[in-house]
Amino acid sequence: MKVISAAFAIAFGLLVLAGYFIPALAPIQAVLIKWAGILLAVSALIGVFNLVIVHGEKIRSREKSNAYSTLLLISLLLTFVFGLALGPGHPIMQGVVNGVILPVEASLMAILSVTLLYAAIRLLRRRVDVMSVVFLLTVLLIVALSLPFAGIPLLGDVLRPWITQVWAMGGARGILIGVALGALTTGLRVLLAMDRPYGGK
Amino acid sequence: MVELSAILILLALILLLALTFLRRKSPPTFRAIPALTRLSRVIGLSVEDGTRLHVSLGRGGLLSGRGGASLAGLSMLRYLTERTSVSDSPPVATAGDPALAVLTQDTLRAGYQAANAEDLYQPTTGRLSGPTPFSYAAGAMPVLRDENVSANVLMGDFGPEVALLVDAAERARVPTLGGSDDLPAQAILFAAAQEPLIGEELFSAGAYLGAGPAHAASLTVQDILRWALVLVLLGGSVMKLLGMI
Repeated sequence: MKVISAAFAIAFGLLVLAGYFIPALAPIQAVLIKWAGILLAVSALIGVFNLVIVHGEKIRSREKSNAYSTLLLISLLLTFVFGLALGPGHPIMQGVVNGVILPVEASLMAILSVTLLYAAIRLLRRRVDVMSVVFLLTVLLIVALSLPFAGIPLLGDVLRPWITQVWAMGGARGILIGVALGALTTGLRVLLAMDRPYGGK
Repeated sequence: MVELSAILILLALILLLALTFLRRKSPPTFRAIPALTRLSRVIGLSVEDGTRLHVSLGRGGLLSGRGGASLAGLSMLRYLTERTSVSDSPPVATAGDPALAVLTQDTLRAGYQAANAEDLYQPTTGRLSGPTPFSYAAGAMPVLRDENVSANVLMGDFGPEVALLVDAAERARVPTLGGSDDLPAQAILFAAAQEPLIGEELFSAGAYLGAGPAHAASLTVQDILRWALVLVLLGGSVMKLLGMI
């Protein structure tokens, strides 16, 4: 049975891949991706169910910070019930998104900037090598040259673009080519069932 | 352009198959990556002192272009589960995408099966910690604080929110090993994590940890294709310089 399911997975995976290059296969590819989209939507429900079980377990076993789990489950239940009854476009539901979720995420973004500053300060304490020093100096230089009063002609007009558009851009492209090749070979390994982390022995 | 992509993928496919099934005279040698060397030590320590590993796979959807990093993370999770499943505290895995969370549970189960310890598998060790980037980070942070974690392994698609996870680990005095396919996240991991994985190092973990000939072959394929691209880029530059294109 496992061999059959693997054969089906490989065949349909190759079909979807071929759809990008052979126009005649594009309609079949579109249908298969649509089906995958439906399955992913179902997995969102399973994911929420998993969230409920994990936090329910935390409350049942009275783990640390179970008060947060209780709050999460109550909020989830209320949002789910009102979302089903009123619909996602209702002003109350929009209010929940705009008044709770967005400000909380914005606050976390604000914490992020402080966290990053702290991480940069700690970098030289943790790892003293040439790359760390170059990294920190470049960050400081770019930040300094981005300040509004740092309009020194040669530095702001020449040095900053030279660092960001030549060195940084070149490095970023190199890293992205490496990542793309890594993703390609990983995808091919999974597609050919040479590497199947999930799905049994 | 489409033809070029097709040729590249076909070439990678042929090379991958050939190098996987071709018998090598000597085992492949790789340059040392400190993060992966430390990971081997961390696994041993985790089993010995009865602590658990936290493996976070990011939020890369499998239908998006970020799925490759998630698959690399799942391979790593499978490897870690097989090696630590019999310890007192088995690994716990978090994900920020529902489909990835489902695969996380399946991968954990597969790891336990491979280690002949399926009865020890607990479905709640594979979790969806939140469906949006920051809720995912906020949901994963308490795991580091409350669940006797000795190492934090971040492998997958992360954005800037990875800084919150690394900071939470730092506060809990848990070392972080991490890699992402996202450039800002890589910069953050370089600055904040004890052992960062830069660029394609994220995808090479399997080969370094001895996960099989296919992993080693895919690393060789990446090197061959990288050199081919370097030659194409250099050739293009020279031709442009000479006014041939």
